[in-house]
Amino acid sequence: MNAQLAAAFATLPNYLSQHVLLSLSSMALGAGVSLPLAIWAARRPRLRWPLLAATSLVQTIPALALLALFYPLLLALSGATQNLLGASVPSLGFLPALLALALYAMLPIVRATISSIAGIDPAITEAADAVGMTSSQRLWRVELPLAAPSIVGGFRTAMVWTIGAATLATPVGQVSLGNYIFSGLQTENWVFVLFGCAASVAVALVADQLLALVETGAARRDWKRIFVGAGGFVLAALAALAPAAHATRGAYVIGAKNFSEQYILADLMALRLQAAGLSSEKREGLGSAVVFRALAANDIDVYVDYSGTLWTSLMHRTDNPPREKMLAELRDWLKRTSGVVMLGAVGFENNYALAMKRERARQLGVTTLVDLARVAPQLTFGTDLEFQSRPEWKSLRDVYELRFRAIKSYNPTFMYRALDDGQADVITAFSSDGRILAQNLVTLDDPKNAFPHYDAIVLIAQKRADDAKLRAALQPFVGAIDLARMRRANLEVDRDQEKLTPRAAAEKLGREAGLLK
Amino acid sequence: MIELLGVSVAYDGAPRPAVRDVSLAIPAGEFVALVGPSGSGKTSLLKTINRLIAPTSGVIRIEDRDAAEFPTHELRRRIGYVFQGVGLFPHMSVRENIAITPSLLGWPREQIVARVDAVFDLIALPRDYLDRAPAALSGGERQRVAVARALAAEPRIVIMDEPFGALDPVTRDALGQAYRALHERMGLTTVMVTHDTQEAALLADRIVVLRDGAVVADDTPRAMLSGAHPEATGLFDTPRRQAAAIADLAR
Repeated sequence: MNAQLAAAFATLPNYLSQHVLLSLSSMALGAGVSLPLAIWAARRPRLRWPLLAATSLVQTIPALALLALFYPLLLALSGATQNLLGASVPSLGFLPALLALALYAMLPIVRATISSIAGIDPAITEAADAVGMTSSQRLWRVELPLAAPSIVGGFRTAMVWTIGAATLATPVGQVSLGNYIFSGLQTENWVFVLFGCAASVAVALVADQLLALVETGAARRDWKRIFVGAGGFVLAALAALAPAAHATRGAYVIGAKNFSEQYILADLMALRLQAAGLSSEKREGLGSAVVFRALAANDIDVYVDYSGTLWTSLMHRTDNPPREKMLAELRDWLKRTSGVVMLGAVGFENNYALAMKRERARQLGVTTLVDLARVAPQLTFGTDLEFQSRPEWKSLRDVYELRFRAIKSYNPTFMYRALDDGQADVITAFSSDGRILAQNLVTLDDPKNAFPHYDAIVLIAQKRADDAKLRAALQPFVGAIDLARMRRANLEVDRDQEKLTPRAAAEKLGREAGLLK
Repeated sequence: MIELLGVSVAYDGAPRPAVRDVSLAIPAGEFVALVGPSGSGKTSLLKTINRLIAPTSGVIRIEDRDAAEFPTHELRRRIGYVFQGVGLFPHMSVRENIAITPSLLGWPREQIVARVDAVFDLIALPRDYLDRAPAALSGGERQRVAVARALAAEPRIVIMDEPFGALDPVTRDALGQAYRALHERMGLTTVMVTHDTQEAALLADRIVVLRDGAVVADDTPRAMLSGAHPEATGLFDTPRRQAAAIADLAR
């Protein structure tokens, strides 16, 4: 428990500063766009409705979806600018998070500004005209000062929303306090999840209370109060941002998908680079489809993927060649189509497999997928959302003519829980998963070769293809980690008792595999 | 000198114009009351003078210049305006409210300070009121400040829309008399809209009666009260009867 907390605190300065930087930048952009628009619309009733409707519509999109949508949008834009201007915009990380959150911050500011300016006593605006103010004098001397408390109130709401929603930036590759939450959810590390929530709530509360001082100060024309609130806000922001100013950005960017094995391998690669004197930063929790495109777009430099995943999802192959042949073809294809370098296979396979409780399988007499097909109509199949949309599932279903009684979707972690408490009879499992050991599961044989091989492979982005230092640091990974070691490392992170952080598990695995001293 | 030549005001969607072809010449130094029943167009007509309302047709000449030639904000800085809504800026002190038009005109700081003091003395309020917020003042005090604000930039013309309408009768009478004295002392030209014909008769040199947007009578208070204008007689019956009754009582 204490080790978990210590691990959480160790990354707090970095996560916090990134979170605050993202939140403040999004607010600045959101307010910079919203305020002029809202002031303009406040004077022109015809513009009010469209502006309020548009910003409200944005608000109805779930924040997570909005963030996710900016990735393909920027990716397309990136391609277009690459063709037109020869330079691409980054599609991963800060930029998509910034744009999505800025859009999200608009509604409270727009609404507060429009309603407070439009709600000013008409006698006062008439007096402003009658004493001879020009339109802009009326705005700056009368309307904005009178609307200021409400506008600051809108800022407060937007700030709290933005700080909360910034935790959702993790899956698009932007470090935030959400890293605790997302990695905690994947590894069932509830200390991390709670820590991430508490930290984000604390940031939101501090910002809210300081802005509340500015708001009441503006309402009472109490300059001291405004000064204390605004000064406190700036000081708190600077304190939170300080680590970002000191931090040298990592020279290399290591990507990871959203499950324990990926976190461990990313940490292990970071440790290897560190040992070789190379700095790095991680982009963790990326979607399976996002991560390869990010590598192909040179947004990340290196990550571990699985041969079968690329074979089916990217090459759209349905045949199932032997392991070595698949790796050779994949290597050529990657080089040819995106310049991505396949450094080599790590040694273990993380196959898709269907798993059952050992005892249940024995009762039903099931050892292979052929046996399973026979009893499937009585069984409930638990799987993750990703698997159901993958070609492997279609192939498996058609080859064995699987017809289940019901199919339920879970997050990969909860899938095992569902199997344990009987909500599901069969689940999709990953062969390297430690829980296969821990829960005494059997994986079913695949006599008809419906699943391709899933060798863990180290991939390097085109722009690092000729980087000798990087290649030298990572070359020892090839063939270094066998299935048993990977399974144990995964279990150490995923289990409930004596949990290790991915970094601690990576250190242990690295020493065992001879990758670290 | 204010001249209105064939001024009409028509609002979008209204069945008939609010002001119909009004022509008036108001010489410098005159105090004119615009009276008439609700909806007679007196406020609309008044607001064409400082262009808070642009006339649909007709010409308004201020001191021999077409008012439409001025940028509106410049025109308004030359004309004091007092209205029933008062419209003191709640986020500014009494001093800042009074100083607003001189500061918009870019007067030097010392001149503004001196002028605010001078004009504030005219409205007979304690000096320490200068640094109060408008919200800390009574209705009558606020209206006095509004008069001071209207006079601060040394306008030669003041237009007033029911300026004392929301005040109790005693305050109202006192403020009316005080303003009339200022009008004399400063050589102002004043146009005041009021629905109160008694107030009009006691303060103004000349009364213009409007009905359905047109002028139906235009004469001195004495002539109005004597019944020389049958079209306006109804409006002046009440003050005349009250005056007679009070004269009887006092005898």
